[in-house]
Amino acid sequence: MAVIQQNIVELVNVTKEYNGQTALKSVNLTVMENEFLTLLGPSGCGKTTTLRIIGGFEHPTSGKVLFRGVDINSTPPYKRKVNTVFQKYALFRHLNVYENVAFGLRIKKIEKDVIQKKVHEILSLVNLDGYEKRDVDFLSGGQQQRVAIARALVNEPEVLLLDEPLGALDLKLRKEMQIELKNIQQRLGITFIYVTHDQEEALTMSDTVAVMQDGVIQQTGSPVEIYNEPKNAFVADFIGESNIIDGIMQRDYLVDFAGYTFECIDTGFKENEPVDVVIRPEDLKMDRQYGVISGVVGSVIFKGVHYETIVFSRDINWMVHSTKAEPIGTEVLLSVAPDDIQIMKKLARK
Amino acid sequence: MKKNLFVYPYAFWLTVFIVVPLLLVMYYGLTVKTSAGVVLSLENFNRFLEPVYLKVMARSILLALVSTVICLIVGYPMAMILADRNLKNRNILVLLFVIPMWMNFLLRTYAWMTLLENHGIINTILALIGLPPLKILYTDTAVVLGMVYNFLPFMVLPIYSVLARIDRSIIEAAQDLGANSFAVFRKITLPVSFPGVLSGITMVFMPAVTTFVISRLLGGGQYTLVGNLIEQQFLYVGDWNFGSTLSLILMLIILLSMGIMSRYEKENEGSLGLW
Repeated sequence: MAVIQQNIVELVNVTKEYNGQTALKSVNLTVMENEFLTLLGPSGCGKTTTLRIIGGFEHPTSGKVLFRGVDINSTPPYKRKVNTVFQKYALFRHLNVYENVAFGLRIKKIEKDVIQKKVHEILSLVNLDGYEKRDVDFLSGGQQQRVAIARALVNEPEVLLLDEPLGALDLKLRKEMQIELKNIQQRLGITFIYVTHDQEEALTMSDTVAVMQDGVIQQTGSPVEIYNEPKNAFVADFIGESNIIDGIMQRDYLVDFAGYTFECIDTGFKENEPVDVVIRPEDLKMDRQYGVISGVVGSVIFKGVHYETIVFSRDINWMVHSTKAEPIGTEVLLSVAPDDIQIMKKLARK
Repeated sequence: MKKNLFVYPYAFWLTVFIVVPLLLVMYYGLTVKTSAGVVLSLENFNRFLEPVYLKVMARSILLALVSTVICLIVGYPMAMILADRNLKNRNILVLLFVIPMWMNFLLRTYAWMTLLENHGIINTILALIGLPPLKILYTDTAVVLGMVYNFLPFMVLPIYSVLARIDRSIIEAAQDLGANSFAVFRKITLPVSFPGVLSGITMVFMPAVTTFVISRLLGGGQYTLVGNLIEQQFLYVGDWNFGSTLSLILMLIILLSMGIMSRYEKENEGSLGLW
């Protein structure tokens, strides 16, 4: 994308405390125009708080929230050019589908025929033509969710905030909606800030992923960056499956773990510094004759596309993803390419 | 079936305490005693149509309506304050509100008498600060005051319980869509709390239109309301037939107004019916 993009939402050193409990620790985040940014993390990591601060429902204890460079800390929610799709949709149950969607437009006192046109357009965008008169209580989860999206989008917000909008849907519907949401975002060219704890969802939909834990953004980057070059063991563990093992960095390009010495591509550590070694299960090659780490197949699970094999070797259990399975009890050898070994600084463990 | 056995005690209870008295009232209401014995007749209904009695009925309905409206105007903001999420010690406040209801109804009404008397507490205080005394006792104002005081909790509590259950997120959703606090109230809080308002109105109007204690104590000795009229027929005049007729008419009126109410509720069914 060669288009010069501008920052639309910026969080500068945002800290949030509830009764002395820190929910966010000096969060810095920049969201660009037309970007699909996902805040990803386990529950309680502060991702929803971050979203609510952008929406104006919470006020940061300290720090600034900028919207196109302007501080909006004291702007109430109803004056922000931001709309939210709430976690449980928060539809108005005393209104039908049409009135739910028209709510924001009516508040702005837009002419009736314009409202009608806009509501019909947006309802057909979310595939709900003909549902205008329906009671929201009688809609399925997926339909309610579409109403919630339509209700927010019809106001043509500059930024759409989505708080785990697909959490209540079943797997198949969720996958469909992921694609649909992504399409809508691209078609309308609106900035999406999306909160989820589902790493797969984050990787599928986002331009940028910000991984959060304990009120801190651990890493921000494209899905590929986050997956291939996780910054620390938490990110590695949270994004996809990984083997995380203790290791010692002998010197640049050489690391010891699992009782062997491996070539790697990492530099910049102290000599003999203890590190976390992260290896993705699909990067481990399992063979009967060739390899370094010897072990025994302990269990095999068929996962559809691949087999997930646990290989016991000394005191480490390796998770291996492969397209071919070896029977339980087989002696195998594991190997890994130097650029598939990721070395990370030890996290301060609690 | 075994299940049916458990129904009998309730059926018995219903029969003895509801069906039989109701039938008795209907029996007395629809008959008159003549020299030839008891005759089926609508004579007492005709008698009710005399201006004296119609006036009493109209007055009862008017006073009950006024009390209900005042209860609504005073009660709704009260319910909103009680339901406020940021309110500290909410339970204590709700308790303070309910405690007077635990006191005897008569006692509370007598208390108002001593407050409102010509030489009562209020007038004594007024005299102390050099203001002219109020002559409220034994007027309609006193009756309305007594009704509002006694029945206000019945308005506040149903509205409060609906308001307290409103999901915070729909308020936020409305704000998110551009509604300021006034618009949130008008478009969300008020329509969503409508069923609470309806049941509050019913719960205040019904005792208010039938009361005879408040009107006798605060309204003076003369019977002014239909409740007193009925009481008179049974206790003093001894005309059980006319008293029963009046009771039947009152029941019809209440039934009718409740029917109208539930029609309103049905129009909003689905969305509000669940609240």
